[in-house]
Amino acid sequence: MSLVLGIETSCDETGVALVRDGRLLIDAVASSVDEHARFGGVVPEVASRAHLEAMVPTIERACAGAGVRLADLDAIAVTSGPGLVGALTVGVAAAKALALGLGVPLFGVNHLAAHVAVDTLDHGPLPEPTMALLVSGGHSSLLLVEDVTSTVTPLGRTIDDAAGEAFDKIARLLGLPFPGGPHIDRAAAEAVAERGEGVRSAIAFPRGLTSGRDLERHRYDVSFSGLKTSVARWVERREDAGERVDVPAVAASFQEAVVDVLTRKAVLACREQGVDTLLIGGGVAANSRLRALALERCADSGIRLRVPRPALCTDNGAMVAALGSLLVAAGRAPSELGLGVDSAMPVTAVRS
Amino acid sequence: MSLLLAVDTSGALVTVAAADGDSLLAEQAVELAARHAEHLAPMIAAVLVEAGRAIDEVSAVAVGVGPGPFTGLRVGVVTARVLGLVLGVPVIGVCSLDALALQVAEWGEGSAGSAAGAGDLAAGREFVVTSDARRREVYWAAYRTGDGEPEPVRGPGVDRPADLASAAARDGLGQKGFGPFFGRGAALYPEVLTAPPEGAPLDVRAGAVARLAGRRVARVGGSERARGQEPVPLYLRRPDAVAPGARKRVS
Repeated sequence: MSLVLGIETSCDETGVALVRDGRLLIDAVASSVDEHARFGGVVPEVASRAHLEAMVPTIERACAGAGVRLADLDAIAVTSGPGLVGALTVGVAAAKALALGLGVPLFGVNHLAAHVAVDTLDHGPLPEPTMALLVSGGHSSLLLVEDVTSTVTPLGRTIDDAAGEAFDKIARLLGLPFPGGPHIDRAAAEAVAERGEGVRSAIAFPRGLTSGRDLERHRYDVSFSGLKTSVARWVERREDAGERVDVPAVAASFQEAVVDVLTRKAVLACREQGVDTLLIGGGVAANSRLRALALERCADSGIRLRVPRPALCTDNGAMVAALGSLLVAAGRAPSELGLGVDSAMPVTAVRS
Repeated sequence: MSLLLAVDTSGALVTVAAADGDSLLAEQAVELAARHAEHLAPMIAAVLVEAGRAIDEVSAVAVGVGPGPFTGLRVGVVTARVLGLVLGVPVIGVCSLDALALQVAEWGEGSAGSAAGAGDLAAGREFVVTSDARRREVYWAAYRTGDGEPEPVRGPGVDRPADLASAAARDGLGQKGFGPFFGRGAALYPEVLTAPPEGAPLDVRAGAVARLAGRRVARVGGSERARGQEPVPLYLRRPDAVAPGARKRVS
């Protein structure tokens, strides 16, 4: 029996969760997203201040909700990277105070590996190997996961903007609120409901790194910078001509370009690497079109698709507690009390 | 028996102390420009070992709440708050400049201060303690010496050294002796503020945080009274953030 408390503060969500032997007891999240909305993106110092204020109340809320006392904890896990330095620092310092005060082991874990591990809470142990596509506001990575407690190999990543970042930027261009993902998803769904599937290809936006030499050189990498510029040019041309911008059609066509590239590359990686399970995680995994297209393409290629429920796709403490729980179960050595934060922590380091 | 654990991460030092009443059991300090989060927890463990006490004997936690550079400052504050939660003990916040002012006053009373001619620290005199606020500014607060603890009279604030110097001159500070400025900020800008005298304390130490917190707990009638008052960091500056302007064209 082991009871692990996980803390996540790499961006704008203060997450504290409790996992007992691989089972999620509670996932408490305090978000500062509303404080960032008017700035059109996460402001690191605003996020760090919010983490400090939310930390003790969120720990208390998690324990009270699960009917657990802090003294019952067997281990503490915390995201030690990658992420915003100031934000990570609050979580790591809090986790160390818990570990020190309780005399229990501390595990500093990788945020990306935690996004993979969280799916074990919903769908049980991960097949080894598993292919993981992690897509969020800060990351777009394709990972070969041989053992999430020890061996994760990055195959590809974005060479410019993260997928979620592209959603935010296009939402702003279209006058939709931050964070942009849910708004674009909704606008696109409405367009499809009114005009049919064809609206997804109404505007031919580019698919970066998917053909010719680009595909050879960046087999599993993605790029959204060219797509973003292409959408901006399209909108500007309409505006310059005094025409109304068809926001739902732009949203649907843009979203289709993003999820087309992501699913194509993920399926390509599964086939070429001989992996029969694809896991999609990160905030963008909550996108309904990404889920639908991935399901369709995985079925066509005989690949099993695993996607955690939307609440576990976004940043939360559950993912950290889940990975901590797996590390404890695998008998991995804990981190030192001198643990630091690493804003650019490589995914090859599951634990620091 | 009581055990007060004090930490401060507001400045150039990460510092930890353990005190039992008026008796300082152990104090450590390391100079760090960054990475406070790595060092604080191991230092707490080391100070407790040096003091010969266990973490579950801690009866109160004190923390310097700045002002200071934000990321480092939060390390101390969140550590203190979470330790308070885990151990079920009160957490007392102390302005870090108040602690440095106490160190300065104690130094002035001591023989080293007398030798250096700390005449401006005689009872009833005002002096200013400063720390490095980066961005070519200093954090500061003004105090009046008296019996024991210096009394805060102005601040804390954050200003350019030249603006602080002219405000101090206008308020009649620094007309005698070696000048009224103490601490790291004065040492960084000696041409604008007066350089602190040789040997005077430059940085806050956790021992002084412990002494102040201990007295305040005693004054309010026991540690129970301090419970529920979360120490709040003295940021003194708003976050750097600007609302986005008009969209930039790509074509």
